[in-house]
Amino acid sequence: MAGPARFGSPSQSGAAPARRESANLADILERVLDRGVVIAGDIRVNLLDIELLTIKLRLVIASVDTARELGIDWWEHDPWLSSKNRDLIEENRRLRNRLAAVEEDEEPLSIRERETGARSRSIRAREADEEGGGRRLSAGERDD
Amino acid sequence: MTDTGVYLYAVTGEAGRTGPVDLTGVAGTPVRVITRADLVAYVSTVPLDRFGEEPLRHSLEDLDWVEETARAHHRVVEALSETAPTAPVRLATVYSGEEQVRDLLDRRRDDFLVVFSQIAGRREWGVKAYAGAGQDAPPPADASADETLPEAESPGRAYLKRRQASLRGREERWREAAARAEHVHETLAAVAAASRLHRPQDPQLSGRPEWMVLNGAYLIEEGNEGEFAAVLDTLRGQGLDLQLTGPWAPYSFITVDFGATETETRDDR
Repeated sequence: MAGPARFGSPSQSGAAPARRESANLADILERVLDRGVVIAGDIRVNLLDIELLTIKLRLVIASVDTARELGIDWWEHDPWLSSKNRDLIEENRRLRNRLAAVEEDEEPLSIRERETGARSRSIRAREADEEGGGRRLSAGERDD
Repeated sequence: MTDTGVYLYAVTGEAGRTGPVDLTGVAGTPVRVITRADLVAYVSTVPLDRFGEEPLRHSLEDLDWVEETARAHHRVVEALSETAPTAPVRLATVYSGEEQVRDLLDRRRDDFLVVFSQIAGRREWGVKAYAGAGQDAPPPADASADETLPEAESPGRAYLKRRQASLRGREERWREAAARAEHVHETLAAVAAASRLHRPQDPQLSGRPEWMVLNGAYLIEEGNEGEFAAVLDTLRGQGLDLQLTGPWAPYSFITVDFGATETETRDDR
């Protein structure tokens, strides 16, 4: 079944839809990072960084709405997404850094995965990083 | 000043009109205007120790910062778009000074005017469609690798059979859902002044059978919004969960090439 009707019961269907409750973060980020006028400012390093961020977010905030409705909340425990449990996250980060330092020589790849969280995300972000990085930089500089 | 930059939110096309006053932008900074001919840029002065290249690189790793900044940016854009045709600029576009922003307005004047002619009197609405949410029977078994079946009922052969059937079923439902999504998009696009298909927000990550099969943006004449809503309602209850977002500033319909690489699937109609 379709979800609850968001607007436009039959008696209202001639009226403009009402404004939604404040937009969710995923939708906002999708727009402010990815759309609108994309133009290089004088602080240009951000073109590449934002592109990476966008890739990350695409993977991370995926279907958050749906998931939340279904009561899936794994992302609440993802340091990338959670604004709660700061202390725990900091603690986690410190521990991971220590672990990384210990294991650095033998297993650099998997350590990086642990650093960033979910496996698929880090792998895909890395792939996108590799294929997208150079192209994006040159795109940014075209606006000179 | 060498330690501040000029953060650009958006450019609007009605210099004669007074835009919203008292807007607060990123990092709590007041928003002000830079006017050039008939264009108005909305900017804030931001400290470069937070919005310089190196600080930004770190900040962008901090979701709290990103959220706060994105919402502040979006709030400004949203307020502006209620009063004038508004071209939103991407998050964290920072210039070294006002002079550089004036220069941008001079160089890009014609481009901006084209944009404004396309978006004036129109608003963007987003429609996302999810498949597999609560329609017909749930899949007998999910195809994920770590799927486990009740011990008593799962001799190897039965397991393989069920799994095979499950995979076939999923594929079929996926094709159906994709076809429905296409229908939804085409029907909505027919009411819209323009439409864009964006990449679905990654459906697999949740590990659930709810795929996002449509992430569309529709530019709607303000006079047609009622019709758009009515058409959307007729599309409900046909196997897809449709979610409406908006109205948005026309983020998805800035069609002038400002020197950026195009990544989205474009779907001009």
